[in-house]
Amino acid sequence: MPSLTINGSATNFDVPDDMPLLWVLRDVAGLTGTKFGCGVSLCGACTIHLDGEAVRSCVTPVSSAVGKKIVTIEAVGLDPVGARVQDAWRQVDVVQCGYCQSGQVMSATALLTKTPKPSDADIDTAMAGNICRCGTYNRIRAAIKIAAATPGTPS
Amino acid sequence: MRLADTTPLTSRRRFLQVGAATGGGLLIGFSLFGCEQKKPADRKTPPSEKAVGAAATAETNRAPGLAPNAFIRIDRDGLVTLIMHKVEMGQGTFTSMPMLLAEELGVDLAKVRLEQAPADNNLYSDPMLGGQVTGGSTSVRGAWKPLREAGAAARSVLVSAAAQTWQVDASTLTAANGAVTHAATGRTLGYGELVDAAAKLPAPKNVKLKDAAAFTLIGKAHKRLDSPDKTNGKALFGIDARLPNMGIATVAASPVAGGKLASADEAKAMAVKGVRQVLKIDGAVAVVADHMWAAKQGLAALAPTWDDGPNKAMASGALVADMMAASKKPGAVAQNKGDAIKSLGQAGRKLDAVYELPYLAHATMEPMNCTVDLRADGCDLWVGTQVPSLAQGATAKLTGLPLEKVKVHNFYLGGGFGRRLEVDYVTQAVSFAKLMKGPVKFIWTREEDIQHDMYRPYYVDRLSARLDAKGMPAAWFHRVTGSSIMARFAPAAMKDGVDPDAVEGARELQYTIPDMRVEYVRHESPVATAFWRGVGPTHNVFVVESFVDELAFAARQDPLAYRRQLSAKSPRLLRVLNLAAEKSGWGQPLKPIAGRRVGRGVSAQFAFGSFMAQVAEVSVGADGEVRVHRVVCALDCGQVVNPDTVVAQMEGGIVFGLTAALWGQVTFDKGRVQQSNFGDYRMMRINEAPKVEVHIVASTDEPGGIGEPGTAAISPAVTNAVFAATGKRIRKLPIDQAALKKA
Ligand code: FES
Ligand code: FES
Repeated sequence: MPSLTINGSATNFDVPDDMPLLWVLRDVAGLTGTKFGCGVSLCGACTIHLDGEAVRSCVTPVSSAVGKKIVTIEAVGLDPVGARVQDAWRQVDVVQCGYCQSGQVMSATALLTKTPKPSDADIDTAMAGNICRCGTYNRIRAAIKIAAATPGTPS
Repeated sequence: MRLADTTPLTSRRRFLQVGAATGGGLLIGFSLFGCEQKKPADRKTPPSEKAVGAAATAETNRAPGLAPNAFIRIDRDGLVTLIMHKVEMGQGTFTSMPMLLAEELGVDLAKVRLEQAPADNNLYSDPMLGGQVTGGSTSVRGAWKPLREAGAAARSVLVSAAAQTWQVDASTLTAANGAVTHAATGRTLGYGELVDAAAKLPAPKNVKLKDAAAFTLIGKAHKRLDSPDKTNGKALFGIDARLPNMGIATVAASPVAGGKLASADEAKAMAVKGVRQVLKIDGAVAVVADHMWAAKQGLAALAPTWDDGPNKAMASGALVADMMAASKKPGAVAQNKGDAIKSLGQAGRKLDAVYELPYLAHATMEPMNCTVDLRADGCDLWVGTQVPSLAQGATAKLTGLPLEKVKVHNFYLGGGFGRRLEVDYVTQAVSFAKLMKGPVKFIWTREEDIQHDMYRPYYVDRLSARLDAKGMPAAWFHRVTGSSIMARFAPAAMKDGVDPDAVEGARELQYTIPDMRVEYVRHESPVATAFWRGVGPTHNVFVVESFVDELAFAARQDPLAYRRQLSAKSPRLLRVLNLAAEKSGWGQPLKPIAGRRVGRGVSAQFAFGSFMAQVAEVSVGADGEVRVHRVVCALDCGQVVNPDTVVAQMEGGIVFGLTAALWGQVTFDKGRVQQSNFGDYRMMRINEAPKVEVHIVASTDEPGGIGEPGTAAISPAVTNAVFAATGKRIRKLPIDQAALKKA
């Protein structure tokens, strides 16, 4: 029975070891902010943080998350970088249908945590795994730049 | 909520009612058809069987929709609630609709709350679409007058209530920011304090709408109201529905349309931990489990095999060959101006071309899903749909329940694009639910979603033109061949064999051409087809704007100048063409890119009530790879409600159209769809997305649609740019990039 630390609290889950985190989060823990888009690591809708690293939860078995810190969209705002990203997203009004945006915010937060002043090429590399079918890419780029320019970003 | 003590408006039609809301407050009931627009045929008539499958025709059997059919409630604390008849799928209606109301009512936007309207085709029918439908870029266009009129009427009774209270003349009062003020004495009453008095007043006989110059909200950029919840995980989509002890199921339908289940290893599926039940209906199976992982594993263990049935040999090559043959026969006449056939036979340069567009899947980011709780006494659906009342009607028909026992709980849509105008995934879920007890969420995998979509039709277009001595088209012939969505979805719209959607953007051109003939050949195959973002124009604008480019080249004229000449009688099109030319730097050389061929292309269109011109800058690598660097979009969509939403819809629509132009196609072999996920049904990504610049013409004309035009205009702008860069004319989408390899 794997024990997982999700958004700061530890819980035991009665699920198979090979079950992808995505479904543990959505169907067992009831955290539906993390989305299912493709199931095979092609779209980024399911992006979460595992020890601060952006990973695709649809292909991350629970067993590999044991002992690590899992952060989802529901709690990323508690992180100062995450909060800045969310603010920037709202300033620019990035969202349309919104379905991909949990994943976008998670990927952008991981990028800015590692690379506080990303170049366009850095943004391309970090965000190319996140599809937005509504085509909000121009605004995602703008919002990342605003978040990067907001004072307080650790450098 | 219930209308009490209503006082119908006596003029012309019963447009507006004023009454007390249950529990206190003011209730305004009004007609979405406004006080001047005529109401189309009442909604007693059910939608046709073919529109949504036989299941849907249990449609509404209650009294036809008398006014009112929409509601605004103002509480004692001044909060305004608008019962929202449209769904939000990214297009920003949940922000623009409250803006229309708040503008005339005189309240801060923050004071307006939205409540999603229940499924009810009688009450919430769209004035342009004739049903409870969100689509066709109609939301703002349809609500533009009625919502503002209702806001103005509400303001008028609140002002009258204040005038009565203070015993002053109403004309000495002003209303703004949610309060009525008597400037002479400095007295002010908030709307909340006036609602009970206002509820007793008769509805105003006339309402006067603000002049555009006096708008304080409309036309000003406003932040989307759904932005916070869509960035913190709180926004709920259909797929997020959760009910106690709910089962989660995943589905496999026969990979070949019309196929039947041949075998399935039920025991093996049931042996998977967490699997609860295996469900079989005609042509599909589902595995219900505690969670999606068990359901997926259960389905893998079930290993269904199929008897492919009559369509087992279906393949793209033969499908297209059939369509090509059909396109050679005369079609139904959609347009006949002058005598194009005769004129084509006269002296002058003649051009002929055949264009082709592929089947396309919608690939909404949120895969199809539907949660059902079917009981003996009723049924609840939790779903994201563009057509709540069709989902309700289809469920009633399938279950035998009376319509009012079927409740549709609509959610945010993780993309619509026309896919969620169909209720196939709802009827499938309800059919499965009939075989079991308790609530279940049915989720399609991405593979299921792509392989069991209803596709944008394949089209074959034949064009001919003759140029006059000056190089301008004297005669124009265009024959469209393809499946008719309208004939299934809204058969009443078919006229003399012409599908108005299939020829939209081809039938009426803004260009002046003396002799013109447009024909339509309906050609069906076993492939199910449906509306796709940009509908008719997405196909026709590509064809028309490419062919016009061919004519300009044959006439040795600059493609933009050529379009200007053709648009001489359309001042609004001319204006966007000029604006796009100016902002894009048309005519100035493009910056060279080492190892790549660069080019610029233009397109122009009038569609969904909006005028648009786009200029695309592309480069083509030695290997043929096409990159789009910059798109300049000039738009006249009449009066803009929320300019930032308009810009966002252009940006998004352009990416949607580009994705299709560069990579989009669904193909068939052995009856099966050959694509399955984003690996082989490619989506544009951030590193491939061009810079999009949107320029909006200031206008107070009636609002035009904005959700779809951007998608339609981009593909010809890009293919014309590819021609400028390489000299290769693209007559088939998606662009065959390998063929652009440098020799
Ligand atoms: S759902 Fe995980 S990457 Fe698409
Ligand atoms: S906002 Fe709709 S998919 Fe990105």
